[in-house]
Amino acid sequence: MKMSRFPSLLAAIGLSLCALAAHAFDVVDERGITVSLPQPPQRIVTLLPSLTEGVCALGACSRLVGVDNYSNSPNAVLALPRLGGGLDPNVEAIVALRPDAVLLAKSSRVTQRLEALGLKVLVLEPKSHADVRRVLDKLDQVLGTHEAANIWRAIDASVSAAAQALPAGAKGQRVYFEVNSAPYAAGESSFIGETLTRLGMKNIVPASLGPFPKLNPEYVVRANPDLIMVSVRSAAGMEQRPGWSGIRAVREGRICRFDAAQSDVLVRPGPRMDEAARLMARCIAEKAG
Amino acid sequence: MHTQHRRRVWLFGIALLGLGGALAVFGLGIGSTGFQSLLAARHDAVALQIVWDIRLPRTLGAWLAGALLGLAGSVAQGLFRNPLADPYLLGSASGASLGVAVALMLFGGSVASMQWAMRLGLTGAAFVGAVCAVMLTLMLARGVQQTLRLLLAGVIVGVVLGAVKDLITIASADILQALQGFILGSTGLVGWSACAVMAAVGAACLLLAWALAPVLDGLALGEATARSLGLPLGAMRAALVVVLALATGAAVAQTGLIAFVGLAAPHLVRSVVKTTHAGLIVLSAAMGGLLLMAADLLARWLIAPQELPVGVLTAVLGGSYLLWLMHRRGARGGVA
Repeated sequence: MKMSRFPSLLAAIGLSLCALAAHAFDVVDERGITVSLPQPPQRIVTLLPSLTEGVCALGACSRLVGVDNYSNSPNAVLALPRLGGGLDPNVEAIVALRPDAVLLAKSSRVTQRLEALGLKVLVLEPKSHADVRRVLDKLDQVLGTHEAANIWRAIDASVSAAAQALPAGAKGQRVYFEVNSAPYAAGESSFIGETLTRLGMKNIVPASLGPFPKLNPEYVVRANPDLIMVSVRSAAGMEQRPGWSGIRAVREGRICRFDAAQSDVLVRPGPRMDEAARLMARCIAEKAG
Repeated sequence: MHTQHRRRVWLFGIALLGLGGALAVFGLGIGSTGFQSLLAARHDAVALQIVWDIRLPRTLGAWLAGALLGLAGSVAQGLFRNPLADPYLLGSASGASLGVAVALMLFGGSVASMQWAMRLGLTGAAFVGAVCAVMLTLMLARGVQQTLRLLLAGVIVGVVLGAVKDLITIASADILQALQGFILGSTGLVGWSACAVMAAVGAACLLLAWALAPVLDGLALGEATARSLGLPLGAMRAALVVVLALATGAAVAQTGLIAFVGLAAPHLVRSVVKTTHAGLIVLSAAMGGLLLMAADLLARWLIAPQELPVGVLTAVLGGSYLLWLMHRRGARGGVA
């Protein structure tokens, strides 16, 4: 008898929690600014692809009314109005959508202007694995969805699974991940570097150089990586760079070239980081296994 | 003859302002949603906000920023006795970009540095950067006495500060896009407070420049002649540099780096009427305002509902017009 009352008690608590969620609440964003929301926002604009993906991962894709030019995942957001990018944010188009919350990155230029126009602006910018989790939690709090913990667990487990599925011989390879042909590299402390570390790879760019250092090409030649990961766009002519033909990865053809859609997955610190880990794992298994 | 000439100057000025007013009305109706916002504004709060708080201030802001640049351009060309001089000559452009780069870098940094940067804001940082760059130029040139030294110092400061900005973007590459947005220039973020700042600075600069215009007329005849007229050349030049720095700094801070308006406006005025510097300064301001406002309208309209950075348009349109002007003059055997 007593036991049967327990679920209903839980339900009551759950209901009251929902009722609480419908009341006004405060959220502290990454600027340290407290934004008070009268209720979980129902018309959301996101101006950063990883935030768009985060909102959708929490099942609130239908609450999005507009996104930036670069948000292209999941497919549901492709039909939404495009509100410009870092170069040309379109204030008027954002206001015209009457959003009750705008989510954007730290470096966005429109933050102050949108706030002056009376919109609720939340600055959230994931840059690392830990950030992805933190931002998911924050989005969860904002949206009132209570999904973040489950989703994070699934993402995390999936990354671990990708790592475990790698053949033992593939571990400990020395990897160079090129972000663009300047060349900028993804170092050990970057989001990409963290994923590589979890896959058991050794990054040739140590954390001490910062997340995305601009390297001297000579550095890569000397480090002599076993495997190179690069986007198709900046891969052209890699073998012809002076001295690069001697690099082990180039000599043995161990270069993974990721197309534009795959690159999007790899470089965005968002809920698709498990997909990114699988992409990298597949590359490692194919080229080095 | 003289009165007829004056009347022509007046008519030209009135025409510029009238055209500006007419374009401003168009400015209310052009944007991501077009004219229906204007019609809906009476009963729709958001449409009203779009027209009243976004389109009107940005249209007026474009005019004001253009006017500041036109004013600064005519002062620079008079001060340096060089038709190629533009408002960014004393390093203010690279100073402003450096200021923005530093602010953006701090935004991405720790919470403490971010709060410091937020208090100043991007516009504040740009203004401080622009004014500091001009001060640095003045220090290097040891004052305003030697025009050539001042020019050279301005170029050097511009290159050095630009390089420092590049170093910052190499260290934190994620600010690149926002910075590029600033460098291309846009009036999209101008609100009423920005308009108020530009109007106040603009009025002060216009008055000061107008009062100091005789020294520019004197300088046009050569430094020796100007000195022989008994004008306190040093002080007046210093005041004109202040006008140049403030006007440019205020415009750049609110709208980013807008190319060619400052260079083209005085040339366009001179190609229509011949007048003293007092007239030239006022007319250049009106012309600059008209130019930037028209370019801003085009920027909003050409690929609506998206928009182009207006600085790109001013460079393309202003640049091609100047080329055409030079070509025409060249064909007639004169020089621009």
